Amino acid sequence: MNDAAGGSPPLAVEATGLVKHFTSGKKVTKAVDGVDLAIPTGSVFGLLGPNGAGKTTVVRMLATLLRPDDGTARVLGHDVAHDADAVRAAVGLTGQYASVDEDLTGTENLLMLARLYGFRGRAATQRVANLLEAFSLTDAGSRQVKTYSGGMRRRIDLAASLVLSPRVLFLDEPTTGLDPRSRNQVWDIVRVLVDDGATVLLTTQYLEEADQLADRIGVIDHGLLIAEGTSSELKRSVGAGAVDLRLADAAQRAEAVAVVRRVLGTEPTLPTDPYALSARVPDDGAHLVAQVLPALGEAGIAVPEFSLGQPSLDEVFLTLTGEPLPPDETSDGAAVEEEMSR
Amino acid sequence: MSAVDISTTSLREAVALETRPARPSAVATSFTFAWRALLKIKHVPEQLFDVLVSPVIFTLMFTYLFGGALAGSTNAYIQFLLPGILVQTIIIVTVYTGYTLNTDITKGVFDRFRSLPIWRPAPIVGALMGDTVRYTIASVMCIGLGLLIGFRPAGGALGVIAGVALLLVFAFALSWIFTILGLLLRTPNAVMGVSMMVLMPLTFASNIFVDPATMPSGLQAFVNINPVSHLVTAIRGLMGGTAGWGDIVTVLISAVIMTAVFAPITMYLYRNRH
Repeated sequence: MNDAAGGSPPLAVEATGLVKHFTSGKKVTKAVDGVDLAIPTGSVFGLLGPNGAGKTTVVRMLATLLRPDDGTARVLGHDVAHDADAVRAAVGLTGQYASVDEDLTGTENLLMLARLYGFRGRAATQRVANLLEAFSLTDAGSRQVKTYSGGMRRRIDLAASLVLSPRVLFLDEPTTGLDPRSRNQVWDIVRVLVDDGATVLLTTQYLEEADQLADRIGVIDHGLLIAEGTSSELKRSVGAGAVDLRLADAAQRAEAVAVVRRVLGTEPTLPTDPYALSARVPDDGAHLVAQVLPALGEAGIAVPEFSLGQPSLDEVFLTLTGEPLPPDETSDGAAVEEEMSR
Repeated sequence: MSAVDISTTSLREAVALETRPARPSAVATSFTFAWRALLKIKHVPEQLFDVLVSPVIFTLMFTYLFGGALAGSTNAYIQFLLPGILVQTIIIVTVYTGYTLNTDITKGVFDRFRSLPIWRPAPIVGALMGDTVRYTIASVMCIGLGLLIGFRPAGGALGVIAGVALLLVFAFALSWIFTILGLLLRTPNAVMGVSMMVLMPLTFASNIFVDPATMPSGLQAFVNINPVSHLVTAIRGLMGGTAGWGDIVTVLISAVIMTAVFAPITMYLYRNRH
């Protein structure tokens, strides 16, 4: 694996043909059905997919919690099957499946982990104090974790996975169920860790999250990686985007539809707003966009609002899988997020 | 502003760890998990309720309900019954081992442990060590009550302590059965239910409550091979000052066999769980 092309950064996570099937009774579920991954050191990889797509199973295999049925995986050069302990010493794991003990206090949870990682006596208590402070949990340290809010809970989970400052971090749906502000905090934390050189593998159902954090995104569905690339590459793969128009006069919409259809060659869609109209830009038709406004002007149609949008990752997902993503709150989140930012 | 700010500086400092500690020993990690079990008793004292209450109910009920009829007097019966009730109490408490393990699994705590670079059996061994504290509390409870209502062990303090020690060894070995159930079954309540089905015949089809001499021969055969019967006989002997090595050795051997068979199965399931 180390004979990768010269010049490219070494891989923090490398997987080839990972397979995991679960059998219950006679039914075999192909949770993961041949996944390849190559995540360079110091980057963020977003594994995007709906519930049950196989995201968590991939992470659990990489974190040595599940043995792959087939395929190999290496984390920082250590084989997950044959050198599991070295992998465990190198990675931090946070997710619905790796959590802290709700009955214990935040301090006790971290102290337990610090001791299990080999910190002793003063060194352990000092480490715990630092982590609590870093995650703004100093005051909550003496309370049982079950009394924590969702955001605090996720922060203690993150702190728990950072006790040994892992160079590779697996975050399994780190913001699912969080309010927008707590989610932003988690995002900020991830950015700091990445700035500091950590490699992050993040699974998410939220397009915005992958868009915001990940250098590269893998789209997973039914246990298969169906697309991989940067956010813009994925968006581009769907088409050049769409033009959205708002007319001054709703009565001119039919006429505008005809003009846009003639110029772009695609069939415009009509939103419920009688003044609005949008049309997809054909794959090789980016140059046609500039002709839309003059053509409308010639036809005597006034257009007070015109915008060109990149396709959303939603559309990417729809195009790739043929089914829409499960509902997510990210659009609401974005609005609140703006209000919240100082 | 009420928003919680994550300080980038302290986060950076916390992440930048200059020295990594050496990997802790198997013993140290097991003790850390035992410490966790004790913390849980501190935070969830309700879990001691069964440990404290069931021996009281059983001892009082059986002594005063059946004592006169079975042994002529309650005082005579308590001498016979108390070691048995002690065994029954502790054996029932061992079920919690599987229950807590399963709770840890369903809550995701266990996967965190499994993702750590530690001696693999440590979480289970540590939990069993923590449980021993619980068994000790229950034993003290049971024997204390017995002494109050007339239990006078001829074996003296030493005999009583030796009896309890033997019981703890047996309970530790028996717990491995429940760790298996804890790893196999889906919910903590299922673990509870199935474990009770295992325990009922083990405790009732024994010599805990009555001398098996009057039982039908088939049942007697079971009672005689039931390791719980040997345990009860051994503890009666130790506490009564008439200990016979035969039963003690039988108990120790059965403890070794249970551990040798069920501990590896537990660890196999633990490693290969999904």
